[in-house]
Amino acid sequence: MTGFIAIRRTFGRIVSTLGGAVGTVIIVVVVGAAILAPLIVTHDPDALDILNRFSGPSAAHWLGTDHLGRDLYSRLVFGAQVAMLVALIAISSALVLGTLLGILAATLSTRWERVILIVFDIISSFPSLVLALAVVAVFGPSTALVTAIVAVTLVPHFGRVARAQMLTLRNAPFMEAERLLGTSATRIVLSHVLPNIAGPLVVLASIDIPVVITIEAGLSFIGLGVRPPLASWGTLIYDGYAYLSDSNIPVIVASAALAVATLGFTLFGEALRDAVDPRLDRGGH
Amino acid sequence: MSETAHYVASRLATTVLIVLGAMLLLFALSALVPGDPATALLGPAATPEYAKRFIAEMGLDQPWYQRLFTFLGNILLGNLGTDVLSGRPVTRVIADVLPYTFILTFTAIGLAVAIGVPLGCYAATHRGSVLDHVFAFVSVAFIAIPAFVIAIFLLLIFAIWLNWLPVLGAGEESSWLDQAKRLILPTIALSVGWIGFIARLVRSSMLETMGENFIRLSRAYGLPSRLVTYKYALKNACIPTLAVLGMGVGRLLGGAVLIEIVFARPGLGRLMFDAISTRNFPVLQGAVLVVVLIFVLTNLLVDISYAAIDPRIRRQGSR
Repeated sequence: MTGFIAIRRTFGRIVSTLGGAVGTVIIVVVVGAAILAPLIVTHDPDALDILNRFSGPSAAHWLGTDHLGRDLYSRLVFGAQVAMLVALIAISSALVLGTLLGILAATLSTRWERVILIVFDIISSFPSLVLALAVVAVFGPSTALVTAIVAVTLVPHFGRVARAQMLTLRNAPFMEAERLLGTSATRIVLSHVLPNIAGPLVVLASIDIPVVITIEAGLSFIGLGVRPPLASWGTLIYDGYAYLSDSNIPVIVASAALAVATLGFTLFGEALRDAVDPRLDRGGH
Repeated sequence: MSETAHYVASRLATTVLIVLGAMLLLFALSALVPGDPATALLGPAATPEYAKRFIAEMGLDQPWYQRLFTFLGNILLGNLGTDVLSGRPVTRVIADVLPYTFILTFTAIGLAVAIGVPLGCYAATHRGSVLDHVFAFVSVAFIAIPAFVIAIFLLLIFAIWLNWLPVLGAGEESSWLDQAKRLILPTIALSVGWIGFIARLVRSSMLETMGENFIRLSRAYGLPSRLVTYKYALKNACIPTLAVLGMGVGRLLGGAVLIEIVFARPGLGRLMFDAISTRNFPVLQGAVLVVVLIFVLTNLLVDISYAAIDPRIRRQGSR
């Protein structure tokens, strides 16, 4: 119950700022579109209508059609679904794996801690897009692969924060008391460690969402991510860009959707960080 | 002094480890190419005899540890292999396009610093003003919106609708002006995110520094406010900016890949992209390795140089 109240209070703080409110509205629209995609589209996103290619916005096609006469609005909505799925899967797996490694690094011997930290360093030393290029070049483009690569590159983010949090927590008196009482390590982690370190990790996760959306769209844009005919914002931008001389509506619509979505998630993530981060209270001096 | 030496040594060791890790990963990837590498590289039209000769030439018939050894040895000798398509050494192919990427990256960093630092300074010294709020929103928008989307919009507006600037390609080799004109839009596209980033960073670290005791003391001594703000506070605010710039080079290189593709500019990114679409693995491998090297070395340089600026960091690092 207290958890629920805390969440409500945090959310209240987020929407009370302009950026947070705008971000929340955008997120509700994007996530809503992703979940309700099959219900709210007006056309089959893959249905071709060659006679009506590059038609401008109309009552039949709200945002017009692309180079194959496919309905842009419907493709955009399904693109939201792809973006959200990739972000959700990549970030939650990185969150779980990173937290686990971070906690292990802080609790195991110094030698293992070193090994884990060096692995983190190596992963972060690869520019993620370049790493993705190398891997995709070998295995061919696929949505699953993009998700996996993004997840791996995000693991150090979460791992470092989890480790730092765990280090400050390790010597807290209540932790010592639990250990003296003979509570098992698993139980300590589940009932004490995780609730205590969750805040910063959740903030980090929300700040990483636009990053993941950008990487997915970027890779799909150059044809190395989501494969056609599946609609991703990146492939929509690519299609629009390739037929720029015929019509610039598709590329504008798709890029604008991507820009608004990343902006919305960034605004929300930062509002969440400010709402959770107690250091902000210091700012008044 | 030994403190600094220790710090530099430990950073160097990590760097070597990272580069080695990158090379192993690249080798593992090349070994994992699905299917028969000769068919993958030469295409199905190659005669069996030619494929056989090719395999022998590339050393693909040797056991993996021997190939790994040759692979690492060749890299150490500066031999990144041969471009499968043109038959030229990969190092030459890369050296040909590297200047384009460097020019783009450095003009972008320069522009980002030139605009971001004054913006951040102004926001920090005029905290809470209308412009401070405006800059704050603009910064978030700049950071959030992907660089290639900005590139596409710039291209649409300035090259297609207004027809002010030529785009596509790097420009005529002989015409300095043409090359500079074609650099403008890619540079802006690449630097926009960093302008926002640097402005915010400078603002927050200047505000933090200005609350510290040594600044209060300088003010209490009656030192001119201008001197305190621009010399002491700004100098201290530069340390995190420097660190971010180091990290930024890697991200800029990643961003440059997409920008180079949007503007059809030659460069490392474009080279990797072409290498992927033609399945030219030696070129791709070499290019990735060069990117990682640049990235790691800049990080090292930044770490060492800010340890030189701020003694607190090397003490922390050597512990």
